[in-house]
Amino acid sequence: MDSSSDYSLHHPKWHRDQKPIFWWIRRWVYICFIAREMTSVAVAYSAVLLVLLYRALQSGPEAYTELMACLSHPAMIVINVFALLAVLYHSITWFNLSPKAMVVRLGRWRVPDLMIAGGNYAAWFVISAVITWAYLAG
Amino acid sequence: MPKNITLEVLRYLPENGAEPVFQEYEVPLRADWVVLDALNHIKDYIDGTLSYRWSCRMGVCGSCGMMVNGEPILTCAAFLEAFAPGPIRVEPLAHFPVVRDLVVEMNDFVNKLKNVKPWVIRKTEKLLSEGEHRQTPEELADFKPYTMCINCMLCYSACPVYGLEPGFTGPAALALAQRYNLDNRDQGNDERMEALSNDEGIWACTMVGECSEVCPKDVDPAGAIQRYKLAGAADWWKSLITRKSK
Repeated sequence: MDSSSDYSLHHPKWHRDQKPIFWWIRRWVYICFIAREMTSVAVAYSAVLLVLLYRALQSGPEAYTELMACLSHPAMIVINVFALLAVLYHSITWFNLSPKAMVVRLGRWRVPDLMIAGGNYAAWFVISAVITWAYLAG
Repeated sequence: MPKNITLEVLRYLPENGAEPVFQEYEVPLRADWVVLDALNHIKDYIDGTLSYRWSCRMGVCGSCGMMVNGEPILTCAAFLEAFAPGPIRVEPLAHFPVVRDLVVEMNDFVNKLKNVKPWVIRKTEKLLSEGEHRQTPEELADFKPYTMCINCMLCYSACPVYGLEPGFTGPAALALAQRYNLDNRDQGNDERMEALSNDEGIWACTMVGECSEVCPKDVDPAGAIQRYKLAGAADWWKSLITRKSK
């Protein structure tokens, strides 16, 4: 509420409710929302990990082996499995939201929401398949 | 089925200077009664000091929005039977200052509505001799859902972002801005974008989505804001490219 709002004799004292710090545990949808926001940390972590992998590859076999040894540690495996699940949750909810933002028209026909989300999933699948093929073939 | 149901109504009497407290009222549980009917019964027969807003009693005016068992809802559309055996907890709309009992202060919302310029803006007026502004059914369909908003403010009560950041323009006002942006007669897109593409406008929305869930008119403000964000991002890229090419 804007504090500069009009204040008159007829409103001698407004009551303002304070939002508790754990406001989000009151409802399931808010918990899911906060969980989704938290998965952004896993997305950032994955991006940093990708940069580190690229840098290790560029630096030579020794740096790459050293990084791989570090990532083979049980604690790192647990962290990476957790990060993978979090990123998957983030990606799926992101793709499910995409029809909300994108309204695509082909002439007079509006592309249904399901097709927009489906297109995103298809692109995700194709790109992942190409990367997997390149890795296995290489 | 029980004959009565208990309503726990939040009472706030500013002249007493005390904190709000819940007061219990026993009302008849009738199949055709909604929560608003129960409040009217209390006002007429039990406690005439109870204050709340209402008008049309048929989901059109948007005056009787309250928190019922923690959910923002139009009390004229909330049947008592749905909450049986009770009790039913009735509170003023969340995130707004309370003036008295179930009456909230709504100046902030009204000011925000005004800020989004919810009217058709024309840069150049069409001459009368040029005929009317034409609109195809598809063009109308693009923005018509957003015209259904009844300003009931339920979406503001459902939005945790508005609760945490009161400066946020909010779902209904942004959906209304989008209603005019998508209207092919309007030319005020740039003006609105300048006012709303900021931290208190479209970019404050973190897409919780509850605004659309609670909307009694299926307006989908969350969708409107996401579309607005996409337009805002495209606008930013366009301005970046045009600036570089100069």
